[in-house]
Amino acid sequence: MKYLKNGVLPHMWCPGCGVGVMLGALLRSFEELGYEREETVVVTGIGCTGKSDDYLVTNALHTTHGRALTYATGIKAFNPKLHVVVLMGDGDSVTIGGNHFLHAARRNMDLTAIIINNFNFGMTGGQFSGTTPGGMFTQTSVYGNPERGINICALAEVAGANYVARATPYHVWEMKTNIKEALNKKGFSVVEVYSPCPTNYGRHNDMKTAADMLHWLRDKGLPIEEFNRRKAPEKEGYFAIGKLVDRDDPDFNERYDQIRAIAQKS
Amino acid sequence: MDGFKKGQVEKLGREVRLMQGNQAIAEGAFYAGARFYAGYPITPSSEIAEECSKRMPQLGGVFMQMEDEIASMGAIIGASLAGAKAFTATSGPGFSLMQENMGVAVMGEVPCVIIDVQRSGPSTGLATKPAQSDIMQIRWGRHGDQSVIALCPATVSECITLTVQAFNFAEKYRVPVILAPDEVVGHLRENVIVPEPGDLEVIDRKRPADAPADYKPFAADADGVAPLAAYGSRYVFHVSSSMHGPEGYSNNNPANAAWRVTQLHRKIEMHRDEIVLTKTFDTKDADILLIAFGATTRASRAAALELRKRGIRAGVLQLVTLWPFADKEVALLGQRAKTVVVTEMNYSGQVAGEVRKVLGSGADLRRVNSFNGDIITPQDILKVIR
Repeated sequence: MKYLKNGVLPHMWCPGCGVGVMLGALLRSFEELGYEREETVVVTGIGCTGKSDDYLVTNALHTTHGRALTYATGIKAFNPKLHVVVLMGDGDSVTIGGNHFLHAARRNMDLTAIIINNFNFGMTGGQFSGTTPGGMFTQTSVYGNPERGINICALAEVAGANYVARATPYHVWEMKTNIKEALNKKGFSVVEVYSPCPTNYGRHNDMKTAADMLHWLRDKGLPIEEFNRRKAPEKEGYFAIGKLVDRDDPDFNERYDQIRAIAQKS
Repeated sequence: MDGFKKGQVEKLGREVRLMQGNQAIAEGAFYAGARFYAGYPITPSSEIAEECSKRMPQLGGVFMQMEDEIASMGAIIGASLAGAKAFTATSGPGFSLMQENMGVAVMGEVPCVIIDVQRSGPSTGLATKPAQSDIMQIRWGRHGDQSVIALCPATVSECITLTVQAFNFAEKYRVPVILAPDEVVGHLRENVIVPEPGDLEVIDRKRPADAPADYKPFAADADGVAPLAAYGSRYVFHVSSSMHGPEGYSNNNPANAAWRVTQLHRKIEMHRDEIVLTKTFDTKDADILLIAFGATTRASRAAALELRKRGIRAGVLQLVTLWPFADKEVALLGQRAKTVVVTEMNYSGQVAGEVRKVLGSGADLRRVNSFNGDIITPQDILKVIR
């Protein structure tokens, strides 16, 4: 694997964690799409997912918590020829990073955001995040989460992303398909990866083994067509996977090129 | 007209234009080759963003209005690593927001320029009024121990030349450089000589020359600075906010951390004399030394001229570079003088404290401060001198 650094395995993620599976799918996608390392930049934030850059030999930028999309925006706006991929967790992308997520989607920045959603802040020991469902138990919600969790895919859709998909490490082939579609798509592309976190989230919520959490993903993840077919009560407890949004609105660079043309004429 | 003799300007054949300080900062940035601006509007800096929104697309560059100052700082770092000379502009509240990401520019050795047009605080304060109270924040605003370069223009002409200088320092030393006029200078309108290409030196970052496989983005040369490639070139490289080794990958070895922290400070320390810029007016025989920066330079110069008229030997030391502090220059002139007066628009005497450190507790050091949004007049300065 020409994108993987030599001598870094075994990686640091826990047994059963989905980050490694996602990274494998991402690197295979790079290979299948023929991405050169020189033209690829991986931007990461802080957290378990954010550690991904240590394993890669593409260009990389390991930034601050929640802000990866802002750095990626600057890179892509200045050099539109680069493939810019942003790897974030649920904390990074829509909790502390919520504002930047909204605006990256609103601008339709031509970035591929791959978000590992394990429903907690894993790296810091398993506190609840912006996606932790209400009532769930974490290090800072020992009586149950008093808040609700946000739906990342719905947020991305409303904010204007061109491509939104949800995948899981259980549905690993579909995940690679979604990642490739997201990489190929111009505009803001989001692949949300529901991931087990047996060490923290699973342990506190009756899914003590990696297998327990994978079973949950297998049993509760419905292809979008099936999910849409079901009426409300039958959807309870299930989630949609697959390609959820696919449109071709102009991305930021295309729009800004038009601005430059106007500016240079005047 | 900032040192030019009568008739000299015409001989040079240069255009003279009435410009606003903020406008001139933008002109200096374009002159230096800046082609990426990301910022968020905030009084009294918004004119810089407005200039960039008009001129960047004309120059083939990029103007982005980001969702906040945190994003602005992130975006200029990203753009710089993609090869751009990049900058942002803000004032106090926005400058506070930028601190964390500014630390990434320090740790990742990313050239960029941050303009802080200082306004009256604390907090939201008097948004349209001037102050010079961010001096210590500029020095210490990031968590962790970081050295920084900061410059302060006192005239609209310096708004051009010091902005070019800021970019040059950023490129040469691979650091974020802060340019911090106060609102007076930012909104002042004066005649300036518009520089032509070749008038002012423009420095670009060192690019690597070795084979891509050997490139280490943080392995410094003898001058303390490593060459910086750009994403998209034939060099593939890794930049991290985490503690890292010379190739940019995470490294928690204590010896590595000691080396890296030292190097980040040393690369500024070892070039201190080139970085610390001052201007002196009538200081050769001065009994009274007036130390000032930014807008208070103007009042100090007027006060010194008035004192001379009264037979008192007064001179002015203008701090053009705020950080690193001009300790050697202050020591040399301050020890010769009988009285030193530090004039600054803040309550705590942020610069006076640094002067006191240099001159010691025995020196006759007097302070002139304003912290109510009003500028300091020459009369205010004369009041402390008997």
